[in-house]
This record gives sequence, structure tokens and C-alpha cells, in this order.
Amino acid sequence: MTPSATTAPGPMTPTGPAADALRVALVGNPNSGKTALFNALTGSRQKVANYAGVTVERKEGLVISPSGRRTVVLDLPGTYSLRARSPDEVVTRDAVLGHLAGEVPPDVVICVADATNLRLVLRLALELKAVGRPAVLALNMVDIAQRQGLDIDTDRLSAELGMPVIGTVATRRRGISELVTAVEARAEADAAADAETGRPQSGGHGWTEPSAAEIRHLHREAERILKACVRPPRRPDTWTGRMDDVLLHPVWGIAILLGILFVMFQAVFAGAKPVMDLITAGFDALSALVAQRLPEGLLRSLICEGIIAGVGSVVVFLPQILILFLFIILLEDVGYMARAAFLLDRIMGGAGLHGRAFIPLLSSFACAIPGIMATRVIDNRRDRLTTILVAPLMTCSARIPVYTLIISAFVPARQVLGGLSLQGLVFFGLYAAGMLSALAVAWAVRKVFWRSASEPFLMELPAYKVPDPANVLRNVALRGHIFLRRAGTTILSMMVLIWFLCTVPGKPAGAAGPAIDYSFAGVIGHAIGPLLAPIGFSWQMTVALIPGMAAREVAVGALGTVYAVSGGEESSRVLGASLAHQWSLASALAFLAWYVFAPQCASTLAVVKRETNSWRWPLIMFGYMTGLAYLAAFIVYRTAVAMGAG
Amino acid sequence: MSPVNSVPLPPTDRPSGPAVEGLVSLADGRRGLCGVIASVGAAPLASDAVLADELERRLLEMGFVEGARVEILHEGFIGRDPICVRLDDMRVALRRREARGVMVRTDPRP
Repeated sequence: MTPSATTAPGPMTPTGPAADALRVALVGNPNSGKTALFNALTGSRQKVANYAGVTVERKEGLVISPSGRRTVVLDLPGTYSLRARSPDEVVTRDAVLGHLAGEVPPDVVICVADATNLRLVLRLALELKAVGRPAVLALNMVDIAQRQGLDIDTDRLSAELGMPVIGTVATRRRGISELVTAVEARAEADAAADAETGRPQSGGHGWTEPSAAEIRHLHREAERILKACVRPPRRPDTWTGRMDDVLLHPVWGIAILLGILFVMFQAVFAGAKPVMDLITAGFDALSALVAQRLPEGLLRSLICEGIIAGVGSVVVFLPQILILFLFIILLEDVGYMARAAFLLDRIMGGAGLHGRAFIPLLSSFACAIPGIMATRVIDNRRDRLTTILVAPLMTCSARIPVYTLIISAFVPARQVLGGLSLQGLVFFGLYAAGMLSALAVAWAVRKVFWRSASEPFLMELPAYKVPDPANVLRNVALRGHIFLRRAGTTILSMMVLIWFLCTVPGKPAGAAGPAIDYSFAGVIGHAIGPLLAPIGFSWQMTVALIPGMAAREVAVGALGTVYAVSGGEESSRVLGASLAHQWSLASALAFLAWYVFAPQCASTLAVVKRETNSWRWPLIMFGYMTGLAYLAAFIVYRTAVAMGAG
Repeated sequence: MSPVNSVPLPPTDRPSGPAVEGLVSLADGRRGLCGVIASVGAAPLASDAVLADELERRLLEMGFVEGARVEILHEGFIGRDPICVRLDDMRVALRRREARGVMVRTDPRP
């Protein structure tokens, strides 16, 4: 900031109508109801983006104060201290200190506190006070505190902390306008002080990371303030303890957890199916309708098979994403997510995964797209990236049509080992191969990328709360919106690119064979054919892999196109019979092995790009999965040939 | 898994009284252990990733401070790890290896 004698906060202040907009940042412990307060303040006037260069989500909203002043509110990631330990917390620290590139330093910081759990946030408030930026303490959930008979002397607390203290109930919008007024008054007082002394009072100058001794000192100070201002609850919350006795029980706890996960998986897997079918049918109908109106040609193909089909392939993910996030946000708001991580820590930890990785990985059995989006429940960056990298190895539902086609065409329908279906066994083997390789890859990622580093597991288990339906719905809708706007555009452009490769140039008049042969996809397929010959793939199979990048189940249609088998209810059976003629058993098994590992899904790569905010991780994912797929197909093919199935 | 994880729980054949005058590491405690934190220090084999000093600061920030009351409420079902403790009026989950540096003065037995 410039030491100028004006009241303007600094050179980065935008000019024009927004010049007098107040900038406010929300800081608080996790589970303090910070997001609920942000929603209560800003309503639907929110913008979500990423901070430059990092995966941290930036949430900003607008509130008009009772006096009519525009106030821009920034919701910073939750933290216990300014001593940042994760990329999220680095953002919080730098934003508060005013060091964050491209970000105007906040005029006022609102420190959000759970009124029933003040000990740690008081220390954070003292840290904020030491930074010297004007602050206001929002004492959230005061209704619960009152119910518990917890007496808080807010005047004394305000005097001790040197900042206004405002009681709020974010979910009922209580205390919101008082909070905004207090923030405005604080900013004006600060500006006046700046003008008087001729230099800005606030700022993050000279902040250093507190040592262990300094943390102890601040904690003792917080403890003293707590004793002086807060009388312990007369009717403390006993529900949390009683529920934990069951939910963290070695037997009942696990049983209930498995039950919850089962219901969630069923809802994502089966519950979303009818809506997804409806969406697919709707887009097919739209495409057919448009096709009738347009003359045959490249334009019709672009609109129907490129754009409409592409938009359809984006929207079709929405039901799964919304259902999954409804569960995740409910479990998070109730306070159960931390318990699930506690119960699963040892099981997942063995493979070097975080306890919270379980939900994203389970969801990936339905589809890796919502699964990868669900990795936001994992705070630690490394744990999150590891989970993202292995999520597509979980056998998603889009692989099922491919597996079914090949297995029913090549694996004899007979019983082995006393009554087990051989086809079922192969199916199970493919699922198991996916799961085991995911664990192995997670273990290897930890060794290679993170050099065995493991994060400490140290986590607050919040008191159970009844979730606020309006907040839950708003947050679920936000996830759907983010998916459509950010991942959706990337997926759509990839779909159009794949359409282009498979359609252009068109088939010359009077030429024989399927049109795809003459397109760029055909050219690429023929070119990389020799590379895939050692794993038993014919050039037709190689060509089919390119449209198959659109989605895994598209491979079935793509094989149909290449082998010129088309249309009708019976097409899958006809195609199976045709493949059984043209492929050797060894090639078919190699194709299955390829599909367990290969990154045959452009949407997954697009979502990884969006979630990690760089092309680095999707490229690494593409590379390692292709390598694994090649290796697995090679071993399977060579083994099968050696056993006489070539 | 690292050897630290094969938790050295107090052998049951030993008298249940702790080794050093009522002082026991939180990492060795069983469900029901109650007491006051006597010291929070850098545990030697604490964690491979985070330096011992960093772990100490994280514990302090979570409220594991000298004088705080702790009680082990729950234990994980594999190897009794991680543990869930009541810490003053909060509940915190942590692994035993992270709890190693937290020494607890247990309440005198009634």
C-alpha cells in the first residue's frame, strides 16, 4: 500500500462506480458456519472461480449495507491459524495480510466464530488482531448457545479482543444487518484514523509465523478471555456424545457407515439412471428433429452429432453429480463426514489414501466425473491429487456395456468351480483388477511424487447439527452450476473435436468401407496401428478407440461403425457375433484388459483439468493409464497366445 | 506400515499404573483414560512428513496445550487406531503416532 495521505485504501482499488465498495473477508475455523454466514450475507449474488495458479476455490459475493453501500464479501477457506499448512490456508493468510497477488486487501475482516466452541477461534481472533487489520467478530449460532444456557458477556469480549462482537444466526438471517452496519462503522473509523495519522493503520506488515512458544502464549491469553467472558453451558450438548457412542462404535459404527455408503451408492448408481436415460432420449429426439429440418451434409452432422450430442454428453452427468453432492453436503453439514474419515482412516491409510478418499472412490464406481469432483472433501492437496489420479481406475458404469459385449461374445457361458458362472467370474475379475490397481497406484504415487510423506491425521469432530435445507440446496445447486459452466465447456469442445476427427474428411463418392476409415480418426488409427499390433489390436480396433474417447460406452457404437454393423435392438448381439468371427480370443481378452486401465474418457480428463487447474495432472493421468493399459493388454495377449488362444 | 504404527500399548500383564508417576503418553492410553495434559513436545518418531516442531505447533493449534483436560472416548477398530478424545469441550480425532508427544497426567484413581 502507498503511504499516501488519502483515505483510499491503496493503488489497487478499482475506480468508477465500485470505487467506494467496501471489501470484507470472512475468516474462521472449519465448521463455524462460515459458508452459511456467507450465504446469508450475499444471497444469490455470488461468483465462484479459482485463485490464479492454485486449485483453491474463490467465492465472492455482494451485499448492500442498510446505508446503501456496496460491500464485496470474500469467503476465505477455513483455518485454525494464520500459520498456513495447506494451499487453502495459504490463500487465507495471504488475503488477510494483503499479500495475495491480484487481490485487493480487505478493508475489514469478519472473524466467524461458533458461539458454542470459542476456545480455538479466540486464538485466531488474537492472531488477526496482531496483524492490525480492522476486524469484527461474528458470534454465529448464538441460538444454540442460548439453548445450552451458555452465557457470553459480549461487551467484555469486545473490550478484551478490541473488536466489535455481533451475535448472528446465519441460517435464520438473524444479526446480519447489524453485522454489516458494524463492519461499515469499523471501516469508516479505520479510514478516519488513516486520514488523521496520514498513513494506513491496517496492514500485514511485519507478520511472522508464530513459534510454539508464541502459540502457547496466545492460547493462554485466549483461555483467560474465555474464562472472563463465558460462563460454561448449564445444559451442555449431550446428544453429540450419545450419538458418537453408536456412530463411532467398532461394530455398530462400521455397520451404519456401510449402510449409509450403500444407500448413497445406490442413489448415485440406480437413482440417477431414469433421469439420465430421459436426458439421453431427449437429446436424441432433439437431434432427430433438427436432422429432419436440415439438408444432409457436414453442417447437419456438426449440429446433430457434434454440438447437440456434445451438450447431451455434458448434461447427462448432472443427475449423478447433484445426487452425490446432496449426500456429501448433508453428511458434511450434519457433522458425520469427519466421523466417516475417523472410521476409515486405517483401511484407506494402508494404501496411502486419506480416510475421506472413500466417498470419491466409491462414487467413481458409478462415474469418475462426480467422483473426481467429490475429492474436494479432502483438504490436503497431496491426498486429493492421489485420489483424483486413481479414481478413473474404479470400474465405472460406462465400462459395463463394453465388458458385456466382449464377455458375452468370447467367454463361454458355462459353470466352473462348482456352479460359478465363468462369465460372471471374468466380470468380477475386471472389477477386482481395477480396484487392486487403484490401491497399487495410490501407493506408488505416494512413493514417487510425495516421497512417502504422510500428512498427520488431526481433525476436529464437530458437534452434530441439524442441516439447514436452504443452505444444502444452495450448495448442491452451486456444484451443478460449477460443473456446467467450467467442466462443461471443456467437455463440449472435446466432444466437438472428436466429432471433427471422426467425420472430416468425408468419404469419397463410390468408395468402399465405412466413412470413418477416410477421416482423420481413420488416418490416426492406421498410423498408430503398428504400435498396438503387439497387443493384438487390429487396425479396426485401433480406429474404434478414437471415437471411443468420447465416453467408454461409445466404444460399442464405434466398433459397430468400424465393422459396419448398425442400428436396431439386435445390433449388440449381431456385433458380438461379428466380433467373435473377426477377433481371436487373445485379442478380445487384450481389449478387455485395455479397457480396465485405458483413459478412454475425454470428460474425465477435462474434469481433472478443471479440478487441478492445470494440464499437468490430466497429462500424467493419460500417460500412466495408457502405459498400464498397454502393459496389461500386452501381458494378457502374449499369455493367451502362448496358451494357444491366438 | 511403519513400526510406529504397531502401537506399543501397555502390556496387560504389567500393573496398570503408568511408568512415570501418573504420566503417560496419550499414544499409549486406552479408552477411558482421563487426565490433564502435562506437556506437549516434539515426539521423536512423530511423523515422516512434518518436522517434529511442525507437529508440535499443529497439536497446540488444535488445543493440545499444557493444562487442557483430555479423555479418550473412542478407539478405531483396527489396532485401536486412530483415537477420538475429548479435549476440554471439543472432540478431536488423531492417530496414535501423532499423539505420542502428548504426555498426560492421569487423574488419581478413586
